[in-house]
Amino acid sequence: MLIKNKPMNRRRVLRGVLGGGAVAVSLPFFDCFLNSNGTALAATNAPLPTRFGTWFWGLGMNGPVFIPKKVGADFDLPEEIAPLKDVKQHINLFTNFSIPTDGRANLCHYSGWVALRCGSTPRERNDLANESLDLPISRAIGAGSRFRLLNLSATGNPRDSYSFQSSDAINPTEISAVDAYRKIFGPDFQDPNSPTFTPDPRMLVRKSVLSSVLEEQKTLNNTLGASDKARLDQYFTSIRELEGRLEVQLQKPPPAPLCVVPSEVPGEISAGLDYERVEERHRAMTDLLAMALTCNQTRVFNMLYSNSGSNLTKKGTDQTHHAITHEELIDEHLGYQVRSSWYLRESMKSFAYFIQTLAGQPEGDGSLLDHSLIYAHSDNEFAKTHNLDGAPMFTVGRASGRLKTGLHIDGKGEIATRLGYTVQRVMGLPIGEWGTASLRTSREIGEILV
Amino acid sequence: MTALSGLRKIFAVVSVVGLSVACTQAVQHSSDINEPVTQGAPPTMRLISQAQYLQTVDAIFGEDIVTKVRFAPVYRTEGLVAIGATTSVMTPGALEPIEESARAIARQVVSSKYREHLFSCKLTSADLRDDECARGFLGNVGRLLYRRPLTQNELEGAVETAGASVGAAGDFYYGLSVALARMLVSRQFLYINETAEPDPERPGKWRLDSYSKASRLSFFLWNAAPDSALLTAAEAGELNTRKGLTRQVERMLASPRLEYGVRAFFSDMLVLEGFNVLAKDPIIYPVFSSKVVSQAQEQLLRTIVNHLLAKNGDYRDLFVTRSTSMTRDLAAVYGLSVPAKLNQWVSYEFPEGSARGGLITQVGFLAKYSHPGRASATQRGRGLRETLLCQRVPDPPPDIDFSLFEDPAGEFRTARERLSAHSTNPVCAGCHKLTDPIGLVMESFDGAGQFRETEGGVELDTSGAFDGVAVSDAVDLGKALRDNPAVISCLVSRLYGYSTARKFDLADREILEYLMIRFRDGGYRFPDFLRTITTSKAFYAVKLPVPDGVKLASHDHQ
Repeated sequence: MLIKNKPMNRRRVLRGVLGGGAVAVSLPFFDCFLNSNGTALAATNAPLPTRFGTWFWGLGMNGPVFIPKKVGADFDLPEEIAPLKDVKQHINLFTNFSIPTDGRANLCHYSGWVALRCGSTPRERNDLANESLDLPISRAIGAGSRFRLLNLSATGNPRDSYSFQSSDAINPTEISAVDAYRKIFGPDFQDPNSPTFTPDPRMLVRKSVLSSVLEEQKTLNNTLGASDKARLDQYFTSIRELEGRLEVQLQKPPPAPLCVVPSEVPGEISAGLDYERVEERHRAMTDLLAMALTCNQTRVFNMLYSNSGSNLTKKGTDQTHHAITHEELIDEHLGYQVRSSWYLRESMKSFAYFIQTLAGQPEGDGSLLDHSLIYAHSDNEFAKTHNLDGAPMFTVGRASGRLKTGLHIDGKGEIATRLGYTVQRVMGLPIGEWGTASLRTSREIGEILV
Repeated sequence: MTALSGLRKIFAVVSVVGLSVACTQAVQHSSDINEPVTQGAPPTMRLISQAQYLQTVDAIFGEDIVTKVRFAPVYRTEGLVAIGATTSVMTPGALEPIEESARAIARQVVSSKYREHLFSCKLTSADLRDDECARGFLGNVGRLLYRRPLTQNELEGAVETAGASVGAAGDFYYGLSVALARMLVSRQFLYINETAEPDPERPGKWRLDSYSKASRLSFFLWNAAPDSALLTAAEAGELNTRKGLTRQVERMLASPRLEYGVRAFFSDMLVLEGFNVLAKDPIIYPVFSSKVVSQAQEQLLRTIVNHLLAKNGDYRDLFVTRSTSMTRDLAAVYGLSVPAKLNQWVSYEFPEGSARGGLITQVGFLAKYSHPGRASATQRGRGLRETLLCQRVPDPPPDIDFSLFEDPAGEFRTARERLSAHSTNPVCAGCHKLTDPIGLVMESFDGAGQFRETEGGVELDTSGAFDGVAVSDAVDLGKALRDNPAVISCLVSRLYGYSTARKFDLADREILEYLMIRFRDGGYRFPDFLRTITTSKAFYAVKLPVPDGVKLASHDHQ
């Protein structure tokens, strides 16, 4: 934490946010924003918001160089997760949890992430029985922010979204940092630190237009079939959410003293999955996301680094990471797939960058990360065999003091949905259980709770 | 064996993966048989696609209106996005860019640059509300956007929206843009919602109402909403008569806009959205730029459109034709030189005896079904079976032992050597025998679709077999594909499914068989086949949506 227990000043903010780069920033008047403890907004005494997000990488891990020998605090960092060295204090690692399929086929690179996102294993591809857990969380904590949900995919593929209501309602994802910038910081962005606020009358007109669309819902007759009616209901729900966003825009935004609009639009990155391009996209998106969170534009997000069947490549090589996981020998001396591990280490480097960026963003009495809970996971344990049991998972951040960090938890074969259930409970969802069939659970992972 | 029973056998076999498709000759001609009665399905409510949205906006407001929007992906059902659109749900994230686009379009339409072309009413004053002028404009545009006349309530609501938005500052055109943006974000525009009405010719039965018929016809043939003439015909009830329907179908088939419909269908059938994320390793394939990606996709579509529409060619010949279109950048991938300016398309014919001929030898197909840095016989075989033959190749089992394919000593120099292990492993062989023998025939093209004679210093063996037919190379494979009955049954089932946006059930077997006979007897000419479909009763057939109730025709047109 960069500035914990130290008073903020403009110099410190600029150093923390921009690494000391020469950027013109108007001076925010911090003192009036936070209470004396730095834990709540002074104006309302409301606590600083806790954010929720997910982070995903594909193709699992090489257990021998990923799973720490030691359980609990002060766990070791084997080679594959060594890139997490500088952020270890912010994470919890969960290994040896199981994903039983109840006799359903293990659909390669699909069943795992579906189970971890919605608590149910699919019967077939495109079978998403429940909504992904980011959605109820966004409903619970997203009100009042401009975007209920922000999805970002560093692969550049619009189909790489693991946020869904059902198989017919996949939440779209931003695939370009340029588009993400325009969405967040484009013309509709309202600087929370502007000394003056005048509601845009055209915003009011937009809102009234959407309100009038909503009026039609009352006059719908009952000639539609049930499924079509449900789809139209969802359309109206979406209209209502856009209307709510405009309502937020019509209010003076709450102060966000450390919000600094990125001064430049990110550069365009062409399509492709060579790891350098993916990492570049991921960095640009991560930087935007951190500032979007700081500027109160959203409280819930999904970041996808690589998809579940990751076809990341290295320039000049003819095999993708996915192909390597299947075709590379397990090194008989080292006990793992060396080339595949290289890609996984790159994933962990990007994960570390992501964590560092949020940890480096000061907020209140700590950092943005301290006021966040990030649920990170892959789709299987060992991609060569598509083994679901043992798929690695993390939590990152302290969720505003509700979570311990720095722990390695051995699941001892218990179901992996316990973590999904735990994070939903921590985020305040009043649920008594989560998941279906053998994945149903009502047991939190108590070791990480404060 | 009757025609129908013979063709029934074809459908039975192509629905199962991995068996040879027996070539069954139908002995009956279409003139001998009548169209079978089709029950149809409940009216659909499908989300307008991005391409349909863009085509419709272009057709109504002109191509100068810049429309930038990215729709959320829709998942395929039965191999088609068009069917997936009937269950697709619009999430807030999906609606957001559409709302933004609506405002951007409306702003342009009323801008001083375009308003004179799109707006004929003479205003008393541009800073006051003028309901009469607004009513005229919104009524006309609304009819085209909603694909039917606006109800009185809808029209007056739009006029009031426009008037109330003029605001204190006073800007009539701003008010108009607000009302137009509202239409562009409305469910009436975004959902193509079909409506049934009692069929007066068949008491107790139902039929699509005229406007729903017009939409089904127009989105199928033009990939856009009906134009004014088609709506007028619908309004007059002409689409319920054989003569009136035929007149409109002929008009639409003769229109250059037919190309949009053909492009849209083949883009869906051939899963061309995959080109949006296609990229090759720049070191291994430096010639394969992002421009080549888009041009490779365009080459496939140009080949299809030119062959099927401009030349009125036999559909099957798409797999053997040496005629195509070429650019300078594409020519570099093909190892050719063409007299074309930068970005210019020119006609090109591969010489007789060339290694190229037919869609599957084009760079677009070969590169799409490859890895970023190498060719993939398995992906190509699977792509061919799934998209061109409508056969499903199962996923590999999750716990397969891959040790057979490990190559620590670098002994496998070619894909054939590497994949030969599949045939010796019974777990793999079941599926790989469906894909690899076909894919290996295309190994004379690398991952970017460039011709090669060797791999790893070894001369390539491109011999193989396709459903029992021995083939020597990719051109030979194209010929075998051309003569494979599954190519036709696949096209017919996909096209019919696309046109009606619904999944089939057993009750549809007879109509599919009938359409196959008509396609065959028409010499596999695509425009003729489009005519057959769009003038068939089956194309418009609907039945009660049991048990949810029925969508009745009403002025509310939900």
